Amino acid sequence: MFRLEARTSTPAWFNLALPIIAIGATLVICSGLIALAGAGVLEAYGVMLSASFGDSYAITETLVRAAPMIFTGLAVAVAFRAKFWNIGAEGQLLAGAVASCFVGAIPMPGALAILLMALAGAAAGAAVALVPATLRVKFKVDDVVSSLLLNSVIYYALMALIEGPWKDSFSGYPISPPIEDSANFPVLLEGTRLHLGVIAALITAPLIGFLIVRTTLGFRIRVTGESPEAARYGGINVERVLLSTALLSGALAGLAGVGEVGGVHFQVMSDISPGYGYSGIVVAMLARLNPLGVVPAAIFLAAVMTGAEAMSRATGVPAFLSDVIQGTALLAMLVALLFTAYRIRRVGAPA
Amino acid sequence: MSAPLIEMRGITKSFGAVKANEAVDLSVAPGEILGLLGENGAGKTTLMNVLFGAYAPDAGEILIQGEPVRITSSADALAAGIGMVHQHFHLAPRLTVLENLLIGISGKSGRIDRTGGLARLSDISRQHGLTLDPDLPVSALSVGEQQRLEIVKALFRGAKLLILDEPTAVLAPSEVDGLFSALRSMAAQGLGIIFISHKLNEVRALTHRCTVLRHGRVAGRVDDPANTTSSEMAQLMCGHEIVPPARGPSTPGAEVLTLDGISTSRHAGTPLRDISLSVRAGAILGIAGVSGNGQRALAEVISGTRVPDAGEMTIAGKAVTRFSPREVQALGLGRIPEDRMTTGLVTNLPLADSMVLPRIGTAAFSSKGLLKPDAIRAFAEEQIKAYDIRCPGPMTRAGALSGGNLQKALLARELAFDPKVLIVSQPTRGLDIGAARFIHEKFLDMRAKGCGIVVIGEDLEELLVLCDRIAVMYEGRIAGTLDSADATIARLGLLMTGAEGRA
Repeated sequence: MFRLEARTSTPAWFNLALPIIAIGATLVICSGLIALAGAGVLEAYGVMLSASFGDSYAITETLVRAAPMIFTGLAVAVAFRAKFWNIGAEGQLLAGAVASCFVGAIPMPGALAILLMALAGAAAGAAVALVPATLRVKFKVDDVVSSLLLNSVIYYALMALIEGPWKDSFSGYPISPPIEDSANFPVLLEGTRLHLGVIAALITAPLIGFLIVRTTLGFRIRVTGESPEAARYGGINVERVLLSTALLSGALAGLAGVGEVGGVHFQVMSDISPGYGYSGIVVAMLARLNPLGVVPAAIFLAAVMTGAEAMSRATGVPAFLSDVIQGTALLAMLVALLFTAYRIRRVGAPA
Repeated sequence: MSAPLIEMRGITKSFGAVKANEAVDLSVAPGEILGLLGENGAGKTTLMNVLFGAYAPDAGEILIQGEPVRITSSADALAAGIGMVHQHFHLAPRLTVLENLLIGISGKSGRIDRTGGLARLSDISRQHGLTLDPDLPVSALSVGEQQRLEIVKALFRGAKLLILDEPTAVLAPSEVDGLFSALRSMAAQGLGIIFISHKLNEVRALTHRCTVLRHGRVAGRVDDPANTTSSEMAQLMCGHEIVPPARGPSTPGAEVLTLDGISTSRHAGTPLRDISLSVRAGAILGIAGVSGNGQRALAEVISGTRVPDAGEMTIAGKAVTRFSPREVQALGLGRIPEDRMTTGLVTNLPLADSMVLPRIGTAAFSSKGLLKPDAIRAFAEEQIKAYDIRCPGPMTRAGALSGGNLQKALLARELAFDPKVLIVSQPTRGLDIGAARFIHEKFLDMRAKGCGIVVIGEDLEELLVLCDRIAVMYEGRIAGTLDSADATIARLGLLMTGAEGRA
């Protein structure tokens, strides 16, 4: 017989060990599916690894994929720290993409265009996130439900836009007009897709880390998340903190969309995000809501995504395995988190 | 007396390097009321959790009627005839009294035996004078009635041994008498009872025998509590003599806090109705009353977390009725909340964070939106030293501290800024004698320094020792205010039950 017993303290090395254990468990569990699909497990994982990290081009491709998930991961991490349950990073990303695409299509000098695209995208994401936050603060509407459902609203609004006013009049495809060439994000490494937005994502993570740990806003976010009663009693305006958190979180998710428009697709289409907003939740949980942890977590998921495509081509295992790995990793991490609060104890063998 | 109903032998339980229980022996005979005494952290709760199956002991055994048993869950404990009434009740508020009794014990067929349940309830009620309306939802019961339901629930499930963890902390004096007569009646029928309390006069009045724990070991046993003095018992608990604090004369100064006609709407709990109070510098005003008579709302209004619907409040002569917590603090109001764990501190964050929380935006701990981590740490370290807060350091999770140390930390964070007025709710609830004594001395020091203090409490003896004047709250009103020189427990008790004018 085993049973769970409450822990009085959590060892520090758990923060690092838990995600690694969770990822390890995920890969073991998913190896069953690979075997079921008739491929060699080690071979399949080997293909994934070499396709995502095998050479410098593969690494840049993985980073390009990681960038939007760094932003959405940060968005979710910041929100969850305040216990603002923002499941709406996907919609906020789409809103950011639309806004930046709109701005990027206006002719102007490149640097200005990039700046304004970022501002517009961040503002659009923030505005979307403000909706569930306001509903929660004013009317006690559950933010999980409202932010999640808003994703569909934004997605179909985007569809209406690209099927309607933005529809390509020549081809008839449901895609937006492209942004100006001058608004395309500069590529940092000749012959790759490594664009400015990737660097921006890598720089933003430590900045958000600094904000959480070293600023009064970060302090208020942490305290509000851990104990709204103590925060209110201590003179923190809990409602204002939640709204500020929502703005910050939405802006970060919006920037994920900006990077995809400015650095990858240069226009908006219906599948501009393969669920980067939802992946952000997995990233944030794997990172244990630590902004610095978001970077490796996002790179891991990005590697799984790029790797899964190559694996599918090489071994015939469906690329959907990438989604399974993501979902399993989230569940494994949630189970692993249980062990920060509890330990397993063997209860004496039956007499 | 006959063979023990329950016997714990050599119970040892460690958490890491801390031995919470070490070779503890304890026994209860049928019909016996055993007092379990000890300061906080002495191991009472751990011992009872072992008995109730929440912790597995590292060593030792439990015998029920001479038979060794293995208890690994609360279900095992219930099956073995052990019932526990916790300080925090475990009831489903929306269900009725009867439904709460029947939870988890529906018959094998899955049907709920309402008639049988009613019959047993009325049996138990009649035998021990524990009357309850079976169809009332729990949310409509008073705290005392909820406790009664917890006791009935344990008996309903066939408990032969009943553990009560500080049961009188939530009761009015008259309710305590009712509880005691019920407990005596149960003991007379052969039940064993373990009564955990800090209130030595109650222990002396009720129990047949006491076991005293100190630092996880049995420090002594008292075979004749009725003829043992409280100070002898206190000495066993603390290991040294405890002298009650002496409140010297004081010359109250100007009014530092006034409330004039304060009323609140029914929001949560009992609303306030036309409360007028004044506190002078260098004086302590006690607010007595059975819990749930508006004390919480009063504390919230004074602390700035609730805006009253009518009335005026001043701090140091300034009108502050619609001020936020931050603004009243800036005027020199120190606040210590009733609920240390949820309202006072942030249990999952480092202690240092909780200690600077109310003043995080001030120049002492931040500038231009950036924290000053060194200043925060230094402040916490300083206070930990000054108040002898027992913890590994300022970065310790606040929730890991014991109740007494938490209260010291809260006191430190307020007193460090020399408040002009201090509002404190239940300052020593759940604290042991040593920690309570420390808190009392700090209040008297602050009084001598000219701070005006409001103490909201339920322990009348404590209020009589500390306060210059005592106001009694009843149903959201001030039922009467007495000079503590004229106040007696009997007069206060009468006011607490709403018998205005007859006091």
